[in-house]
Amino acid sequence: MSGNALEVRQLEVRYGPVRAAIKIDLDVAPGSVTTLLGANGAGKTSTVMAVAGARRIAGGSVSIFGKDMTGASAEDIVRAGVAIAPEGRRIFGSLSVEENLRLAGSVLEDAQLAGEKSAAMMQRFPVLGERRRQLAGLLSGGEQQMLAVARALMSQPRLLLMDEPSLGLAPQMVDQIFAIIEELRQEGISILLVEQNAALALDVADHAVVLANGEVAAAGAPADLKNDSLLHAAYLAA
Amino acid sequence: MELFIQQTVNAISLGGVYAMLALGLAIVFSIVRLINFAHGEIMTFGAYGIFLALAFGLPPAAALLFGLAAAVVMALAMERTAFRAMRGADVVSLLITSFAVSEILKVLFQNGISPRPVPITFPPAWSGAYEVGGITIGVVPTVSIMVTFTALMGLSFILRRTVAGMAMRAAAEDIEMLRLLGIRANRVVAVSFALSGLLAGIAAVIWTAQRGSVDPLMGFFPVLKAFIATVLGGLGSLGGAVLGGFVVGMLEVLAQAFLPDSLAPYRDAIVLAAVIAALLMRPDGLLPAASAHRS
Repeated sequence: MSGNALEVRQLEVRYGPVRAAIKIDLDVAPGSVTTLLGANGAGKTSTVMAVAGARRIAGGSVSIFGKDMTGASAEDIVRAGVAIAPEGRRIFGSLSVEENLRLAGSVLEDAQLAGEKSAAMMQRFPVLGERRRQLAGLLSGGEQQMLAVARALMSQPRLLLMDEPSLGLAPQMVDQIFAIIEELRQEGISILLVEQNAALALDVADHAVVLANGEVAAAGAPADLKNDSLLHAAYLAA
Repeated sequence: MELFIQQTVNAISLGGVYAMLALGLAIVFSIVRLINFAHGEIMTFGAYGIFLALAFGLPPAAALLFGLAAAVVMALAMERTAFRAMRGADVVSLLITSFAVSEILKVLFQNGISPRPVPITFPPAWSGAYEVGGITIGVVPTVSIMVTFTALMGLSFILRRTVAGMAMRAAAEDIEMLRLLGIRANRVVAVSFALSGLLAGIAAVIWTAQRGSVDPLMGFFPVLKAFIATVLGGLGSLGGAVLGGFVVGMLEVLAQAFLPDSLAPYRDAIVLAAVIAALLMRPDGLLPAASAHRS
C-alpha cells in the first residue's frame, strides 16, 4: 500500500446503461493538489461523487490514505478523512451560516472542538463571521462558496474534494478561492480540484488529469499540459 | 357567550390534536417525501398501549407514558421494516407502501385485540369540569390544550436549537449533502419518525381521554383530517401543518356547534369546501414550504 491521499484505479460509474466514468486512474499525493479537467459532461463530477461515496461504483477501486474505501458509504468516507465542497455548493439555505457550520462540526462528536473550529472558520472567512446569523440562502454566490469550503473543513479533513469552486463567481471571488486553495495546500491538506477554468487550475495544481467522454485523455505535470496546444484546443477550451 | 367560549376551547383542543398529527406527517414528509397514511395506526397503537397497560394494572399516569412509548416504538418499527427499504422511491410507491402498512396493522388490531371498541377508563376526576366566571369548562379540553402547546413548543425548540433538529431541517433540503458531511442519514430519519410517533402518541392520549375507548379504525379519521390540514397549510411546511391543523379543527367544531340541524349532515362537506376555497386562492397552502434556492 502506498501512502497516497487518494488512489483511484480503473474506476467505473454508470447511470443505467450510460457510462459516465470509464476506467479512470487518478492519484492525489499527500499535501498536493491534483486537478481534474475536462469539458462539461466529461465525467468529472461523477468521478468525484463516486470517490465521496455518493455514487455507486460499477468497477475499479478507490483507496484513501492507503485504505480501500471502494463502495463505502459517504458517512464512512468522511470518517476516513475526506470532505467535499460539491458542485453547486449545496449549502443549507434555510439554516443560518452558523448552523451550517455547527451541523458539519457535529461529526467531530466533541461539542467544544466543534465550537472552536466554527469560531476559527468565522475568523478565517470574516464575511461568514459578519453574517453568522443570516440564512445561508441569502448569501451571495461567492459567500456561499466560502461557506461550502468552511463547512467542508469543519470535519478536519486530510483530503478535500472541490468540485467547480469558481463556477459562476466574479473574477475577484475566483482569485480569493484560489488563494484559499493555495493556503490549504500549505497547511498540508491534499486536494482534488475539479475545474473548468483550466488556466487557473493548472497554475495551482501539482498534477493534472484531463477527462474526455468519461475517460482519461491525458495526465501529467501542469506545465506540460499547459503547453500542449492540441490538448488545449480539444479538451480545455471553455 | 358561554356556548361560544366552551366551543372555542373545544375548537382549540381538537385543532391541537390535528396540529400534532399534521406536524408528524409533515416532519416525515419533509425529509423522506413519504405521505404516511399509516400514521393513524401509530396513534391507534398508542391508544391500545394505554388500554393494555391499564388492563395489566398500571396506574393511569404510567399507562399514558406506556402509550406514548408504544407509539414511538411503532413509528420506529414502521420506518425500519417498511419504509427504509423504500428510501428514494417515488412518492406514489411510498404512499402505496404506507397504505399496505396501514391495512396490515388494522387487520392485526381487529384479529389480535378486538374488532369492537374496547373501553379505556381514566379516574373520574380527570373528566370533570371547572368554572371560570360562571362558565363551565371541561378539564380534558383544557389540559389537552396545555399539553399540545407544550409539545409544539418543545418540538420547535428541538428543531431550532439542537443539532438533531438542524440535521432534520437540513435533511429536508438535501439529504445527500447531509451524508456527504458524514452525518448518518438513517439516524436523522429515525429521529424524525420517533418525533412523529411521539406526537401521534400524545394525540392518542388526548383522543382516548375524550372518547374513553379505542377501536381498530380509531386513527383513520383524525389522520385524514390531519392530512387535509397539511395540504391546507402547505405540504412539507411544518408551520403550515400546525396552522392547518388548528384551522381544520376550528372549522369542524364551529360547523358542528353553529350550523342549523338541517345542515348538520353536510358538516364535513362544508369544512372541506372551505379548505378547497382556501386552496383555490393559495394553491401552495397557507404557509408554503420555503423552497431554498440554489444558484
